[in-house]
Amino acid sequence: MALYETRRRRNALAKSMAVAATIFGLTWLVLILAVLLWEGFSGLSLAVFTQMTPPPGSAGGLLNPIAGSLVMTTIAVAIGTPLGILAGTYMAEYGRYDKLAFVVRFINDILLSAPSIVIGLFIYEVMVAQMGHFSGWAGAVSLAVIVVPVVVRTTEDMLILVPDTLREAAASIGLPRSLMIRKVAYRAARAGMVTGVLLAVARISGETAPLLFTALNNQFWSLDLNAPVASLPVVIFQFALSPYKDWQQLAWTGALIITLAVLALSIIARSLASARKSS
Amino acid sequence: MVDVAFEGGSAMTVRDQADRAQVLQRLRIGDIAFRHLTRAAAIVVLLILGGIIVSLVIGAWPALEKFGFRFLTSEVWNPVTEKFGAIAPVYGTLVTSLIAMLIAVPVGLFIAMFLTELCPLWLRRPIGIAIELLAGIPSIIYGIWGLFVFAPFLQQHVQPFLIDTFGNVPVLGNLFAGPPYGIGVLTAGLILAIMVLPFITSISRDVFEAVPPVLKEAAYGLGSTTWEVSRYVVLPYTRVGVIGGVMLGLGRALGETMAVTFVIGNAHRVSPSLLAPGTTISATIANEFTEAVGDLYTSSLVALGLILFVITFIVLAFARLMLMRLNARVGA
Repeated sequence: MALYETRRRRNALAKSMAVAATIFGLTWLVLILAVLLWEGFSGLSLAVFTQMTPPPGSAGGLLNPIAGSLVMTTIAVAIGTPLGILAGTYMAEYGRYDKLAFVVRFINDILLSAPSIVIGLFIYEVMVAQMGHFSGWAGAVSLAVIVVPVVVRTTEDMLILVPDTLREAAASIGLPRSLMIRKVAYRAARAGMVTGVLLAVARISGETAPLLFTALNNQFWSLDLNAPVASLPVVIFQFALSPYKDWQQLAWTGALIITLAVLALSIIARSLASARKSS
Repeated sequence: MVDVAFEGGSAMTVRDQADRAQVLQRLRIGDIAFRHLTRAAAIVVLLILGGIIVSLVIGAWPALEKFGFRFLTSEVWNPVTEKFGAIAPVYGTLVTSLIAMLIAVPVGLFIAMFLTELCPLWLRRPIGIAIELLAGIPSIIYGIWGLFVFAPFLQQHVQPFLIDTFGNVPVLGNLFAGPPYGIGVLTAGLILAIMVLPFITSISRDVFEAVPPVLKEAAYGLGSTTWEVSRYVVLPYTRVGVIGGVMLGLGRALGETMAVTFVIGNAHRVSPSLLAPGTTISATIANEFTEAVGDLYTSSLVALGLILFVITFIVLAFARLMLMRLNARVGA
């Protein structure tokens, strides 16, 4: 009987550990979001979206970093998405079992979780050091380097899910392979591929490390991509570490804006993906 | 374009045939072009990785040439005299990641066990989504929260307690020596633990769910408890996948920049105390790169980046190999 007692007690202990661990994990989510909402909303006003970043000690907004982030994100997606979709297409449609696709898959998975600060250093060496100055282009390209592996991954996964019977049907009516991919496979996998792009946008909209020494920062209104451009994450970084109360408040508000944007994007992406699954 | 190829029918004139040949030719060229385009894009992915390695090596070369192997063993980091050594940031990177993994791995595995074995069905989805939301929060949010909320909390409530409790214990005392700064190696490690927890949880949950129900039911049928099923059936079956997931989380922790930079204190020294400020590779680069004057300083920072990339590359490659082995087995 003693053995049964020990086993029962050990089981009860493990079960309560599992419950405790789950509560522990969820507590952090609640704590972080609660503080973020509390601190962020108290500074949220129209001025945040209409005024420039202020000098220390005066009121202002976040218009120029928001605009800079939007522009750089758009360019990054415009560069990274086609590249990622094409590469993913090769791996799923042409080289599903060949060596190149195998190597690319492996390398792509490593790029997917490579430290983003290293990507910043890479673009610094390739673009900033060559051009001689920090620029919005360099920032956008470093974000694009982060977009590519995300899009490659989801494109490949989604294309592989497309039933081969669809491809065979297309081939049997004489459709050339490239048209089959574009007109049939892409269409069948569209929702999933859009999800991938949305996830990539969510990923880069909070990225700070690769922008620190590519796009740098800019205190003023500037969308000149050949000059330093402000971005929301970098401004948060700078303002949060400053001793000025106004700046710290703006950092919280910026953090709230980014988090809400990221959460909205991932919820849209998720509902797109599940809508496809249920249909 | 395609429709043209289908028109023509039986009464085909010479001209129609010529048209048809032309369209076919065009399609054939388009086909080849598209194939090569996608192939080129796939190769670009390889070039990106190659470019990262080559540019980092070139950028790091002046420092590596000047300091040689001493770069890896020296603790000095002095921009004024231009003497640089990587040991302090490498040490900080490894210690913060170790703290993070020590906490996140057991907690993550227990959450995964809860989600797959214990959780009522209606709760599974919401908790799963919440964990994934935690994974989606940008790292700078963890950083700002760590700086303004978590570090002061630790400084006032947790660290004095640690110092009082362990400060006078012979060996442990060294880990908790010094005043409670709030920011420091321990704080950074804890923030990292919160950050990698969702990654480890979601991968473990996925591999736990892949265990064939028959195996678990057989064990339950023999009278095993939930804990025994998890420990002696699920965990051994999924070992490879769990190790892969843990390594993936470790890769994240090693390379994480923003969450750490806010709370580590950026002090270039190796201190046995976990409460002391320290630095990591990524925090050093983030803090100092734009202010680095002189080629040697910049080059030393790039060399740090190269070290970080090599470490994470090995860890991530190992993780992928593990996960690939798992997939191969599941597929077989």
